[in-house]
Amino acid sequence: MTPKTLNIEAPALDFGEHWEYAPAPEGTKVEIAARYGAFINGEFVKGHGRKRLTTVNPATEETLSEVLIANPKDIDDAVAAARAALPKWKRLKPQERAKYLFRIARRIQERARELAVLETLDNGKPIKESRDVDIPEAAKHFFYHAGWADKLDYVFPGRKARPVGVCAQIIPWNFPFLMAAWKIAPAIACGNTVVLKPAETTPLTALRLAEIFQEVGLPPGVVNIVPGDGTTGAALAAHPGCQKLAFTGSTAVGKELARVNAGTSKRLTLELGGKSPHIIFNDASLDAAVEGVVQGIFFNQGHVCCAGSRLFVQEDVLPEVQQLLRARLHNLRVGDPLDKNTDLGAINSASQLATIQHYLKLGVAEGASLQQIKTKLPKKGYWCAPTWFEGVQPAHVIAREEIFGPVLAVMSFRTPEEALTRANNTPYGLAAGIWSDKGARIFDIAAKLKAGVVWCNTYNRFDATSPFGGYKQSGFGREGGRHGLLPYLELS
Amino acid sequence: MTSSTPERLSVLKTYKLYLGGAYPRTESGRTMPIHDAKDNLVAHFCLASRKDFRNAVGAARKAQDSWASRTNYLRGQILYRMAEMLEGRTDEFRQALVVGGHTARQAQQELEAAVDRLVAFAGWADKYSQILGCHNPVAAPYYNFSVPEPSGVCVAVAPDEAPLLGLVSLLAPLLCVGNAVVALGSQKAPLATALFGEVCGVSDVPAGVLNLLTGDRAELLPEFSAHRDVDAILTANLRPAERRILDLGTADNMKRVHHEKWGKGAIMDTGLMHGPDRLLPLIEIKTIWHPVGR
Repeated sequence: MTPKTLNIEAPALDFGEHWEYAPAPEGTKVEIAARYGAFINGEFVKGHGRKRLTTVNPATEETLSEVLIANPKDIDDAVAAARAALPKWKRLKPQERAKYLFRIARRIQERARELAVLETLDNGKPIKESRDVDIPEAAKHFFYHAGWADKLDYVFPGRKARPVGVCAQIIPWNFPFLMAAWKIAPAIACGNTVVLKPAETTPLTALRLAEIFQEVGLPPGVVNIVPGDGTTGAALAAHPGCQKLAFTGSTAVGKELARVNAGTSKRLTLELGGKSPHIIFNDASLDAAVEGVVQGIFFNQGHVCCAGSRLFVQEDVLPEVQQLLRARLHNLRVGDPLDKNTDLGAINSASQLATIQHYLKLGVAEGASLQQIKTKLPKKGYWCAPTWFEGVQPAHVIAREEIFGPVLAVMSFRTPEEALTRANNTPYGLAAGIWSDKGARIFDIAAKLKAGVVWCNTYNRFDATSPFGGYKQSGFGREGGRHGLLPYLELS
Repeated sequence: MTSSTPERLSVLKTYKLYLGGAYPRTESGRTMPIHDAKDNLVAHFCLASRKDFRNAVGAARKAQDSWASRTNYLRGQILYRMAEMLEGRTDEFRQALVVGGHTARQAQQELEAAVDRLVAFAGWADKYSQILGCHNPVAAPYYNFSVPEPSGVCVAVAPDEAPLLGLVSLLAPLLCVGNAVVALGSQKAPLATALFGEVCGVSDVPAGVLNLLTGDRAELLPEFSAHRDVDAILTANLRPAERRILDLGTADNMKRVHHEKWGKGAIMDTGLMHGPDRLLPLIEIKTIWHPVGR
């Protein structure tokens, strides 16, 4: 292969300091109450918990609201409401049940702008992403699952499908609204009722979704939302009144929840961490591959369980890929999440920023070479410039542990066998990416990668119809598609 | 000499483990006697140790990839071969089941059902992907499809009742989808398990794909739960305390643990037992995306 001539030292869009982008802020007129409680049995209630959490805008560190930390008594109330609502909800004429979900989907679409802004304020993700991904995908989840409600006997051939019962659902802070939709939509479409706990740092959009439930007249108790911290989650996860527990979050917490529920008949779905490999072969379209790598690790500041955090590049194209990557990252814009031109927003919390910085130090101490683009980061808020490590060894902690931030480990390989062995050499198995122009090779590698989602010549694509979930310690159960219904159904 | 001395002394056998395609004695050297209803000594069987189990997992791991990558058509034929070999040894199995406490009629029924179960899953081997997998109509220019893949190395814990059919009911679906298996047979009636190992040895099942242990459940369950190279565990009709021990394995390395509960008569119900839904806990779903365009 003859190397292509590159002239990336002068990227076309680099105007130095002379031609800055003008700010393009999204309107921020979203009402946020000073205090929120829980949403139980169709009503917003103060709750029994005495403690409150403060949710802040991670881009400015300004307090957005004070929110109840639901205590075990609140959880009892919510589970009781879900239990009471169950008989009617599961016996409701299936198409009528479907129509509630269709209504919810429509209201999400109609209130999309407000929800996107609120999500960006509470989470720190770029408005471009909350507007184009989080909120529309959430609406699609309700729309997709709505149509299943009256077709459940077609989910699995030869089997009648019944709901599981009351579902406890615990979601993370990286996609607060979208994860709420991923959890709630299949559960209620299948005739279950729900108690959902949003993440400690991002409770606001789930509570806004509760408003939508009120607007559409969803029967009281079908979905209950209990904000709080780890203690709230622990009480909900262990509650004997739930027949199902669905959790998205870290592998460590997932294991703890499995331990707590061992020996019970409670059904579990766990969507946990990852350290997903991204493999570029020398015959790949390198421009497209680099774009995919950027999408794979810097989307949502790398706060993505399936982030392509380990990059394996075939040795002969490594220098070219590194050059292209550097040039591309040079054009990434980090800053105000509400600016429509922002590519990378704020890190979600001070503690997550500390975790990321810990790994950056560790990577340097281990001998990897830290690369960061020079960019002006805002003075207030939590920020991390897009980062990649070169000279990474497989044994390095930064190549093994989930960082959950905008940090890429770049490594090389010689043969497809080596790429496969190293890609699979991880306790995780959530996702993987392959870049190659050879169809036979793509399908050979895709079949041999131990991962629940394999993106070929693309990365970080999601769809309500497409099952998502991991192998090995990335958890089990699928969300989305026909397979995503199965965890919410009993077949007989 | 006393009058009870027989004219010809029968040759008593010690049934061995089936491990990595061979028939080793347990490394622990432990055996237990099997008596018939009249308390006559029938044979001995091996009491597998934790080390035997670890060796079996090693053998299974070595064999799993190539088993999964054989064509589904071939896996189906090998399962059918197991049915053929079992059918051919009817008398021996009938006797073994009677020793375990069955009436002759019960033994015959169980034996026939076990053969039929193997035949049913032999037939599923080249069809289940079409039932469990699918194409997903994503709202973007991508070709997107989901396919089932085997969980990997699986442990099966057979129930005490139905010593042959219980075991076969777990093995058949596990092998059908390409898993390698380490199975612990009925503790109360181990003879059927030991005999079944001899069937497997002549059924073209590649070495290590199926490994059969006889032994003490209480001793082995914690080891099953804790073994880091086990991907999934399938059981039937275990007690809650036993289920809990295995469930803790999920908390250890996220191994998938699935407990089937067979009510009275369920094990003979082919509608229930031969359904492809029984394969769901034994597979992983992989979803593959590729762009569509010129």
